[in-house]
Amino acid sequence: MRLELEKRAESSASFALISPFLALGLTLFAGSIMFSLLGHNPIRAMYIYFIEPLSETWSLHELAIKAAPLILIATGLSLCFRSSNWNIGAEGQFTMGAVAGSIIPVLMPEQNGLWVLPMMLLCGIVGGALWGSIPALLKNRFGANEILTSLMLVYVAGLFLDWIVRGPWRNPGGYNFPETRGFSAGQILPEILDSGRAHYGALFALLGVIIAWFVLARTIKGFEIQVVGEAPRAARFAGFDTKKTTLYVFLVCGGFAGLAGICEVSGAIQQLRPVISPGYGFTAIIVAFLGRLNPLGIFAAGIILALSYLGGEAAQISLGVSNKIGNVFQGLLLFFVLACDTLIHYRLKLVPTRDGAGIAQEATHGAD
Amino acid sequence: MNMGKIVTIIIALAVAIGGAIWWQMNQVDPEDAKLAGAEACFIYVGPVGDFGWSYQHDQGRLAVEKELGVKTAYLESVPEGADAERAIERMARSGCKIIFTTSFGYMDATNKIAAKFPDVKFEHATGYKRDHANVSTYSSKFYEGRYIQGVIAARISKTGVAGYIASFPIPEVVRGINAFILGAQSEDPDFKLKVVWVNTWFDPGKESDAAKTLIDQGVDVITQHTDSTAAMQVAAERGVHAFGQASDMIEFGKETQLTAIIDDWAPYYVERTKAVMDGSWGQIDVWHGMDHGNVVMAPYTNMPDDVAALAKATEAKITSGEFTPFTGPVIKQDGSEWLKWNEVSDIGTLLGMNFYVEGVDDKLPN
Amino acid sequence: MGLTEAILLTIFTAATPLLIASLGELVSERSGVLNLGVEGMMIMGAISGFAFAQITGSPYLGAVSAILVGSLFSMLFAFLTITLVANQVATGLALTILGLGVSGLWGESYIGVAGIKMEPIVIPVLSQLPVVGKLLFSQDLIFYSSIALLVGVTWFLFRSRTGLVLRAVGDSHHSAHALGISVIKTRYLAVAFGGGCAGLAGAHLSLVYTPQWVENMSAGRGWIALALVVFASWRPLRILAGAYLFGAITIAQLHIQAIDLRDIEFLPSALFSLAELIKAMPSQALSALPYLATIIVLVIISGNRRLTLMNTPASLGKGFVPDR
Repeated sequence: MRLELEKRAESSASFALISPFLALGLTLFAGSIMFSLLGHNPIRAMYIYFIEPLSETWSLHELAIKAAPLILIATGLSLCFRSSNWNIGAEGQFTMGAVAGSIIPVLMPEQNGLWVLPMMLLCGIVGGALWGSIPALLKNRFGANEILTSLMLVYVAGLFLDWIVRGPWRNPGGYNFPETRGFSAGQILPEILDSGRAHYGALFALLGVIIAWFVLARTIKGFEIQVVGEAPRAARFAGFDTKKTTLYVFLVCGGFAGLAGICEVSGAIQQLRPVISPGYGFTAIIVAFLGRLNPLGIFAAGIILALSYLGGEAAQISLGVSNKIGNVFQGLLLFFVLACDTLIHYRLKLVPTRDGAGIAQEATHGAD
Repeated sequence: MNMGKIVTIIIALAVAIGGAIWWQMNQVDPEDAKLAGAEACFIYVGPVGDFGWSYQHDQGRLAVEKELGVKTAYLESVPEGADAERAIERMARSGCKIIFTTSFGYMDATNKIAAKFPDVKFEHATGYKRDHANVSTYSSKFYEGRYIQGVIAARISKTGVAGYIASFPIPEVVRGINAFILGAQSEDPDFKLKVVWVNTWFDPGKESDAAKTLIDQGVDVITQHTDSTAAMQVAAERGVHAFGQASDMIEFGKETQLTAIIDDWAPYYVERTKAVMDGSWGQIDVWHGMDHGNVVMAPYTNMPDDVAALAKATEAKITSGEFTPFTGPVIKQDGSEWLKWNEVSDIGTLLGMNFYVEGVDDKLPN
Repeated sequence: MGLTEAILLTIFTAATPLLIASLGELVSERSGVLNLGVEGMMIMGAISGFAFAQITGSPYLGAVSAILVGSLFSMLFAFLTITLVANQVATGLALTILGLGVSGLWGESYIGVAGIKMEPIVIPVLSQLPVVGKLLFSQDLIFYSSIALLVGVTWFLFRSRTGLVLRAVGDSHHSAHALGISVIKTRYLAVAFGGGCAGLAGAHLSLVYTPQWVENMSAGRGWIALALVVFASWRPLRILAGAYLFGAITIAQLHIQAIDLRDIEFLPSALFSLAELIKAMPSQALSALPYLATIIVLVIISGNRRLTLMNTPASLGKGFVPDR
């Protein structure tokens, strides 16, 4: 017996809607089994995971704080991925954006004018974009693969941040601990509402989604990005410059990541520290694909992933499970969502095993 | 029946059960679900399974459960930054009465949340900010143990050079390095110390590489300020001696470990949790050491009796307060005088220590 | 043992897990499957290797089980990406998350337990040779396996018929399918091989490199292994070069930190000032050296674009569904 796929004549719109609910149903089912085996009331566990974080105002704010950088970075990444530029170094671009954006608050702490915050955000965007342009330029000029260069630059950026907060930018009044001075009032991204911590970074994420959607759906540039990615030969015939596109998407993606970086530092942390990101740049890759590289889908995916982090924490406290369980559950959730997406384009079929897999059997020997 | 249909039915069933669960979930009383009843809560920067820093804090938590019968909760691997603030707030909201935040990077988050929850007590490890009356800070004088290690190393080493695997150049680590060399110089004024920075708290592979490097360059006693037991194992393999860090690592080097500095947070955690329970909690800033049992030396092993006796005598002197490691005369690495004869360092200089004393073969990044 | 010999030995140990995991990923990618879950499979290999070595008392059985567990774990990825054509990048990342979780749970009871080290197997006569005897012929079985794997994978990919089939699948799955090759089976086997290799690399960590179990002990080595495949532009010998280059620079920067330049006799003055300069750099810059060097070397060797393009599997990362 074998599972086979059959391509639908056209993508199923109903399954595109149903698929997330299907995934949720399966996750709830599997999660209940898992928590029952661990000796917890499965209903309560699922409640704590999925509903509790959504049932309180403060928690909704936290959800926005956690989801915003993921969404912003993933939106930028979607442009890269759509044009077949495999940028996996958004984490580094996030870091360098945060560093560049912190130049004013660290070196000119007394500046508090109205121009300061926009300037910081701009610096963040430029910093991220410049760091993102390195893999693009190396790819265009030397043909160096961007997967490697962008990933390696993540480590370099991390060490650079580490050096700068322990060395030149160390807080003079901080007992030589590795952190910069705290940002002053005019350098902190304000909160949107009084009811919680969510800052303007969440609005920027929303704005980013709308801009990216507009660029992709309504502009020539967006069309060019997609053609370069899906049919590079056609793109050449159409006179699109692939190198320019590569640079463009890396700059945009780096800028988005850099903006996320400075928003996180200015809005949530309010100083520069050796660790400013729990791996946002990597998690955003999952978010980008979970959202099917579509800005609106990314918005939903970012919220789902953020929810799974918050739910995991709630479960650790209320159920006393370790965060490893949280990891396992998050992995399951992702698997179900990814698997259910298949149903949008394909029909599942079980067919009897055919004979004649001789070549594959030969491959077994080879692989040994 | 078609197999495809069976699969469809199975999936549909699973989804239906999922749906039923969803419906059931909405019947749960929110207050009931949240009620965990944990009173003492802990937040760790690493996994409890690191057998180092976070592991030892978790041992302290278990001691609270055991000795006081208090229900506890913890969050592990919480990144410093925005996540820490949320994690601490969640604890405060879920009814924790006292929250221990066990990494320096949680300092500002702790103080911010403390302002919002004046009835909850906060205890921040290794920090210096106490912006609100409900925040205390605590730390341990691990350097006392480092001094004893230095004394032992100088007597045991044949090459006259010890190696130090260092994580990050923060005052805590620099203090340890200085205390070690001062201890060693008290026995052998020409003793040398090689320092290798690995820029990580935790990477067993890299720690083991660093240990091999040091041994290859003529070091025959190794001490580390990183979390894993890798260096101990390398030392065992190469037949040199080593000191354990954070936990007793004798299991990993039965003929190698001279002693280990054990972080024992249990006495403090039990004392403070008890204080919250009986209402006697007050804000404090403590920097305890051997005198309070927060820094414990593992048994002195694999050394001659006279060295063990010397180590024990030094330990007794430090414990009783008769002697502190940073006592003059001490000369800085650049040749200037730091402490005069019999002068004892002030706490401020120790807290922010950013210079080496004479005898350290390394330049401090600045 | 001389200093040079000792340094080389350290480098060999550091490079071995990278080499093994990269070779496995190479085969997987050559068949057109990009599995970003190497870190997750590696950590699963590390815990299963450790656990089975504890249970059975034999590090060899531990290593074998690590290979099996790595393969088995990769089947989860294979089912999603090959059968259900889910996105490979996202699924691979999810596999890593899952692997870190499962290994952490599995290993809870092994924290603080001393591991069983896989002892070197000294090959008679050959091990008496100067320098290479110590380096190449007095090593543990996993090191020998890494060399055997290198030779085997090179031969398999470029000299065997099945290797040709595998590459055909990776270059154009539709053409391969049209020729009657079972794309799906080939890819399942390639992913299983990659999983097994990652598992063995993990076992090297918990049985040879640092015989112990601690959570997250792979500390990002799976990512480096992935990068090395790209660095090597999908060629086995370049993986060898990449893994040893990366290991060498990692170790060299530690030695530069520890060395006292006055101890070295006959150091030419130019070299001396260079060494002084490097020693004066902040340690973060030294730690960044392996990453920077990898980028620089890649830029230099990427000159021949046609060669690189020729070796890049054209169907890499793309799902395949047979038409019928």
